[in-house]
Amino acid sequence: MRRLPAGGRAALTPWALLAPALLATGVVVFLPVLDALWMSLHQFVLFRPNVEPFVGLANYVTLLGDPTFWASLGRSLVWVGAGVSAQFALGFAAALLLNRRFAWRGMARALIVVPWALPSVIIGLVWTWMLDFNLGVINALLLRLGLVAHSIAWLAQPGTAMIAVILALTWQGFPFFAVTLLAGLQGIPREHYEAAAIDGAGALGSFWHVTVPGLAPVMATALLLRMIWVANSLDLIFVMTGGGPGTATETLPLYAFLKAWTGLDYGYGSALAVVLTLLLLAVVILYAARASA
Amino acid sequence: MARARAARLRLFFGTELPLLAILAFGLLPWFWMMLSALRPEADWTHLPIRFLPTRLTLSHVVSLLAGTSFLGNLLNSLVVALGTLVFGLALALPAAYAFSRFRFRGRRGFRVLFLVVNMFPVVLLILPLFVIFRRLSLLDTYPALILADATFALPFAVWLLTGYMETIPRDLDEAAMIDGATRLQTMRLVILPLALPGIVAVGIYLFIASWNEYLFALMLSGERVRTVTVALQMFIGENQVHWGLLTAGGALVALPVVVLFLAVQRHLVGGLTGGAVKG
Repeated sequence: MRRLPAGGRAALTPWALLAPALLATGVVVFLPVLDALWMSLHQFVLFRPNVEPFVGLANYVTLLGDPTFWASLGRSLVWVGAGVSAQFALGFAAALLLNRRFAWRGMARALIVVPWALPSVIIGLVWTWMLDFNLGVINALLLRLGLVAHSIAWLAQPGTAMIAVILALTWQGFPFFAVTLLAGLQGIPREHYEAAAIDGAGALGSFWHVTVPGLAPVMATALLLRMIWVANSLDLIFVMTGGGPGTATETLPLYAFLKAWTGLDYGYGSALAVVLTLLLLAVVILYAARASA
Repeated sequence: MARARAARLRLFFGTELPLLAILAFGLLPWFWMMLSALRPEADWTHLPIRFLPTRLTLSHVVSLLAGTSFLGNLLNSLVVALGTLVFGLALALPAAYAFSRFRFRGRRGFRVLFLVVNMFPVVLLILPLFVIFRRLSLLDTYPALILADATFALPFAVWLLTGYMETIPRDLDEAAMIDGATRLQTMRLVILPLALPGIVAVGIYLFIASWNEYLFALMLSGERVRTVTVALQMFIGENQVHWGLLTAGGALVALPVVVLFLAVQRHLVGGLTGGAVKG
């Protein structure tokens, strides 16, 4: 006769299976989050280990009066706003085209993801190389087409440096929107288009009244995920400009990182990172509240 | 006849041509790097630059591998990425099995909690992690990078694997257990073989995530276990930038990722969009 599992033991089984993953996540994610909060309340400068006075909210007060913080926050808004918009526009266009019927559709759908698979360092390398002042292919093309009179030092001027890193960011991320929005398009029932056609809707009409509403939930989720990712990412800028020239491309996470990396000021760097996290959390909560409303 | 030709033209100008332009934007930068890596030295100093190389050569690749520490960096990356693959699967498989086969209190909450992990900025985690690993003397070791990479890739890995396991009918487990198999035997003999395509895809995802990772590697490793992404960035930072070596390195790092990603993209994209579409 089969022994019935004892209620207590059976109830523990899923927790035993989850334990390794939870333990690792606790050590690598949740413990550091708490530790960052703790560090942000201290004057914590690395390699001065035994002197870590508790300073309360002093780091946060400093931050509010720190013009570099506000400037980096502004640059983050430009980075996220322009970068995500450009990725979205290009990815959406690609998704609409890839949803149509043509001979080499399968190959196009596969190849569109290539930039997305590459490491940020390689993406930074590719674009730094193409934007190079002397040997870059972009300057060479612009010169040959007669669009510019002399080479442009893209990454060495404050105005063009931001454009250059956002261009690289767009290249990296547009495939994400292409594949997610394409999946969303494939989920819109064909009957909706047929009904719209019967009601006399043209191509534009069915786009506005069927495609856009049908895609709205996928768009919202994809935009949220991408915004969080782009707001957090700093490796692409770090590789291409290091935040420069000057501080022209120094976004909030990069400022926090550089404070700790070169300034060794882990207390202040942590306070900056905590503020970034809270700002993102506010966006997520707003999204969740709207989604459930 | 004329109408068919008009439709064909419309397809070309309305769909194929714009898509070709987008694909060119997506692929040409990558292609340009590959081409640059294979150019002979003479092409590099030639101005105005030549768009097509005069001939193709592997000399940059050879001098990169023979003349610098890059081969060692490649091996480091390989060890860390394979370690992440094994360790990540060891954590993700039981967790995904629990989510797909048990109904318990907090199941939904914990599934969401796992996804929240990726919302935290890496910069928030990396500073305390550096301090913690320094105290534990784990800096510049393989386990430090493997632990960090695997855990950070865990949410998506668990999410994907749970999805796969849910497609395997529970009747199969029950049949095996009625036949006297234990939970572990059921998992090993029934679930693992059936979920194998999913496990391969998730394993490759873990490998790529670790191979591409940069910030953890920069902060947590030094000279001993320096990975390719950090090594390449250091080449860029040097005063005398040698673009031949640099593009050769970029090409070597990018090639396996692109091949692996194309091999499993259907699974990864399906899993990702499955999550996004369901909201």
